[in-house]
Amino acid sequence: MIEVTRRYVMKFPPDSADKALTYKLIKDYDIKFSILKAEVRPGRTGSLLLELEALPENIQKGIEYLEANAVICEPLGKKIKFEASKCINCGNCTGVCFTGALTMDRERWKLNFEPELCVVCELCVPACPMNLFDINFHEEEPEKIAVGN
Amino acid sequence: MSFKKSYEEINEKIRKGKAVVLTAEEVSAMARELSPAEIVKRVDVVTTATFGAMCSSGAILNFGHTTPPMRMERITLNGVPAHGGLAAVDTYIGATSENPDNIKYGGAHVIQDLVEGKTVELEAWGKGTDCYPRKYIKTKISLETINEATLFNPRNAYQNYNVATNTTSKIKYTYMGTLLPGMKNANYSTAGELSPLLNDPEMRTIGIGTRIFLGGTVGYVVWPGTQFNTSKEKNQFGVPMSNAATIAVIGNLKEMSAEFIRAAYYEKYGVSLFVGIGLPIPILDEDMAHRVSIRNEQIETTILDYGTAGTPVLGKTNYAELQSGEISINGNKVRTAPVASLQKAREIADLLKKSIQDGKFELTAPVAIFPTGTSLKKLFETEGGER
Ligand code: SF4
Ligand code: SF4
Repeated sequence: MIEVTRRYVMKFPPDSADKALTYKLIKDYDIKFSILKAEVRPGRTGSLLLELEALPENIQKGIEYLEANAVICEPLGKKIKFEASKCINCGNCTGVCFTGALTMDRERWKLNFEPELCVVCELCVPACPMNLFDINFHEEEPEKIAVGN
Repeated sequence: MSFKKSYEEINEKIRKGKAVVLTAEEVSAMARELSPAEIVKRVDVVTTATFGAMCSSGAILNFGHTTPPMRMERITLNGVPAHGGLAAVDTYIGATSENPDNIKYGGAHVIQDLVEGKTVELEAWGKGTDCYPRKYIKTKISLETINEATLFNPRNAYQNYNVATNTTSKIKYTYMGTLLPGMKNANYSTAGELSPLLNDPEMRTIGIGTRIFLGGTVGYVVWPGTQFNTSKEKNQFGVPMSNAATIAVIGNLKEMSAEFIRAAYYEKYGVSLFVGIGLPIPILDEDMAHRVSIRNEQIETTILDYGTAGTPVLGKTNYAELQSGEISINGNKVRTAPVASLQKAREIADLLKKSIQDGKFELTAPVAIFPTGTSLKKLFETEGGER
């Protein structure tokens, strides 16, 4: 078995002891990870973009463990919505994407999108003149209106 | 004596299905092996194309008369202001006009919606006159319900365009795309050796009446485009090194396709319209064969700092470098990105090539050629300063 790298966006509940959780990831599941992006607001949910490196089954187990502890884990690819069918291959988005997730195929001049390289900088969202990206790293929960129930 | 062909000879070949047609990229590759004298004997027509954001675009619409009739003086289409002041039920909807309540939706979107067969809400106001008593209307229109719908773009297909970068410490949102601070990217918009007006830089075969591909159907060049400038400095290969000539084009919007007419919104800039244009160039003689043979590395353009007032010049580059993905600006390596679609431009050049090969598209000699020796005027203020 070989180790693989996977990127996940994880949303930690406000009261979670995320330090303890991530410690367990390293210790029990032998997952190496790096934090690519973090948005933590005191008393609110915190979002992290984590790159996990481990054996596939350990990643699986680690994710299950986190989910059991109320952490919402989504593979990065699922967080990025891209309406490929409307893309005109203009290239605007490739100018702002520094990770190489968005590049031009310089033979056919078509857009190449490799979501696994994305770090959710969100620069491509306003850069696309066709408005084809929907990347929302820290989705605000709709404010619950405390009326009635 | 050097070899020459007339428009009629070329059209005769097209009618017989015998015309040899290449795209401008194909002929540029051929020119590595063959001389212009050989190319003029082998090739009859070269197709060029572009698919980019062209802000100076719009459509002339005639809505038809209501009963009782109305003289529309203020008009909106899906909330986007269209021009009144054009008789009773004619309007011009400019691509960059914006809906004040939703600035991401503009005239370009109205045009795309119409092309896609959608209905659009028309609202109009007039003061009411004896012969046009009606004062207000709110109704739905589509391309099927209205009389004429004509795309008329006063300035399209710029002959070359500058490269945009940003030396400042702030991100800049421009019609040339998002420019990152500290010269971290450089954007370019011209299709290089495939670009229409770079393949006939002296505009010998492009003039009033030239039949073209426009937005998915047949269109025409009707006039020199606005800001038509023949005085820009040319390089040793005969092409201007910054934005120079332009064309005004016209075509039937009812026959167009959203594949080649596409609305765009640029963050903190506004709305624009991507327009697909294909332009055939007849290889009349050795000079034309030489012109269409131009290659990306021979087409130079100017790099401008869009972050700084007055857009100072930072240097020069060419399209071979730009298309390689990286250029050098004053010793710094800068990543490049296109902002117009070369893939779509190629699709158009291929479509036009096919229609000519199939005998469905004949070439036209210009009814009149464009002026030479034109340059641009600045707008000066006569009444005090900025308010
Ligand atoms: S969010 Fe950033 S890294 Fe991800 S694709 Fe867009 S520009 Fe690239
Ligand atoms: S900017 Fe948008 S339309 Fe252009 S290539 Fe990127 S995704 Fe496609």
